[in-house]
Amino acid sequence: MQPNSKIIGKKWFMGAAALVMACFVSAQAADITGAGASFPAPLYARWAADYNKATGHRINYQSVGSSAGMKQIEAKTVDFGASDAPLTDAALQEKGLIQFPTVIGGIVPIVNIKGVAPGQLKLNGQLLGDIYLGKIANWNDPAIAALNPGLTLPDTVIAVVRRADGSGTSFGFTNYLAKVNPEWKEKVGEGTAVNWPTGLGGKGNEGVAAFVGRLDGAIGYVEYAYAKRNKLAHTQMENQAGKFVQPSEASFKAAAAGADWTKSFNQILTDQPGEDSWPITAATFIMMHKQQNKPGQAAAALDFFEWAYRNGDAQAGSLDYVPMPQSVKDIVINLWQTIVDTSGKPVRK
Amino acid sequence: MTDVSPSMPASRSGSLSNAASSGSGLISDALADRLFSWLARGAALLTLALLLGIIISLVIGAWPAISQFGAGFLTRNAWDPVQEDFGGMVMIYGTLMTSAIALIIAIPVSFGIALFLTELSPVWLKRPLGTAVELLAAVPSIVYGMWGLMVFGPVLAKYVQQPIQSLVGDAPFLGALVSGPPVGIGILPAGIILSIMIIPFIASVMRDVFEVTPPLLKESAYGLGATTWEVVWRVVLPYTRTGVLGGIMLGLGRALGETMAVTFVIGNINQLSSVSLFEAANSITSALANEFAEAAPGLHQASLIYLGLVLFLITFTVLVFSRLLLMRLQKDEGRRT
Repeated sequence: MQPNSKIIGKKWFMGAAALVMACFVSAQAADITGAGASFPAPLYARWAADYNKATGHRINYQSVGSSAGMKQIEAKTVDFGASDAPLTDAALQEKGLIQFPTVIGGIVPIVNIKGVAPGQLKLNGQLLGDIYLGKIANWNDPAIAALNPGLTLPDTVIAVVRRADGSGTSFGFTNYLAKVNPEWKEKVGEGTAVNWPTGLGGKGNEGVAAFVGRLDGAIGYVEYAYAKRNKLAHTQMENQAGKFVQPSEASFKAAAAGADWTKSFNQILTDQPGEDSWPITAATFIMMHKQQNKPGQAAAALDFFEWAYRNGDAQAGSLDYVPMPQSVKDIVINLWQTIVDTSGKPVRK
Repeated sequence: MTDVSPSMPASRSGSLSNAASSGSGLISDALADRLFSWLARGAALLTLALLLGIIISLVIGAWPAISQFGAGFLTRNAWDPVQEDFGGMVMIYGTLMTSAIALIIAIPVSFGIALFLTELSPVWLKRPLGTAVELLAAVPSIVYGMWGLMVFGPVLAKYVQQPIQSLVGDAPFLGALVSGPPVGIGILPAGIILSIMIIPFIASVMRDVFEVTPPLLKESAYGLGATTWEVVWRVVLPYTRTGVLGGIMLGLGRALGETMAVTFVIGNINQLSSVSLFEAANSITSALANEFAEAAPGLHQASLIYLGLVLFLITFTVLVFSRLLLMRLQKDEGRRT
């Protein structure tokens, strides 16, 4: 009995060891790892799954947050980093990184006012800033009425709702307010987390949506996908050209097309020119090292992103992200030629 | 006892080593014995080392914030990631206040539950009711949080906060305690949710220790004509107070460290504008959970780690305090007998 079980145990052990080894080997050969922003994580996961089906390669994306993603790519523990906030050209130069955008998302103000239907209320950046500063505290404020002549707004206190967690959505939102509302820029500034002058903090998009849905007279901001799926009452926004626009795939695309991507990818898509541009639009970015110690890994990662650019628009659309315009994709694919190995040869043929 | 315990592991590890080395006798019983005692000692030391390591890494991580703000961090009312100006008062206040509210509600209720289960309940109800209370402890905290936000908050706002505000809103002291928007989000709702979460812990510990009170003591008291209340208050509680205190401390520990449920209902505002219980605020754990992932390396992250260190010290203080209290109680007991 005893020798028998011993042999079986030994065999079992060796089998397990072989299996573990096999896992390691295959992990070294094919797995591409990335880490960073949580905003595009659902899409990257979807892309990775479809890419795996199509090619057999595995992409492992950790949704750890933009800052943590930046830390990991700087330490070279991952093949690519992802961030909602683009780096300045100087910072890229200093860290030896390049960045490129993958998809666009829209940030949409949502309200809960009795008698106001989705898309009915009109706001502009100045007003939105003043509301979030606590300066305009009631929906019957004359400044709001001036923008909405046909709409009767109730005598209800405005309940401001914003994100409690640090997020790329908050970065886009505060960046927009800082651009269009001087007092916001001076007192609060922009960032993934800021010193909010007023308002309740909800955790995540769903937390903000829940607060706005529950509180009479509330205003909040969420990603477009959230507003659309939960049928929340979004607002119209006045854009830089002075036109009021509804949030839609077309208006986000218009904002992205308005930016000049040829010189730099350091483009924050808020408050862009163009008659149809949605003013609070944000792209999300991938960061990679310019010079690669492991050119094979880098090339594999770039293959994945090229595949996503060519075949991933439908998945992006179904998850309510907006794909990059073709013109931008072409510039990005060209840029990849500047990613080189240690001898200076481009990693992609 | 002393004879049995060393031989137990020895014989066990001996048979184990026999099986492993196929009886070649590589490891003698004496060596196995010593090996086992080293292993056990190592496990104990490892725990200590881990504890020390956590403290050291917290201090190192928080050092930029400690050297920048010093102990004044604890009393500063500021949290501005853009200007890099941080202070922990709001979160510390929120953590202490919600835990205090939770204890104020949970202790009497748990006492009632334990009293009913051990002294008053009909026998057929004891088991299902006791199990139900224990099941409450198994509910994941995020469920409490969502329930608090979606269901409990609106009910509290409509049927408790708004009536109270219209009743005592103008009174000088009480009015200040209940000012602010009555929306069911803030310190009070967070405290109540926490109390619901810790009641099963405290109640089941109390029930267990009440049950081990010797029947002889209780029967004697009943025989002398004491009421149920007198028996519980004068006999059971003094006999079990160390256990009861332990249960309360267990609950307090859970309340101090609870994250998900609190972050849903506390409102996450890093400002302290009034003493009102209806006002939204923040707690240490909630701030950490919300901001850590996106905090830029530097002062923001260091300040969050500093907050973690403060929470560590708070729980440590609570633990030491309860130990001292227990020692005192035991001393008193010794004196009386």
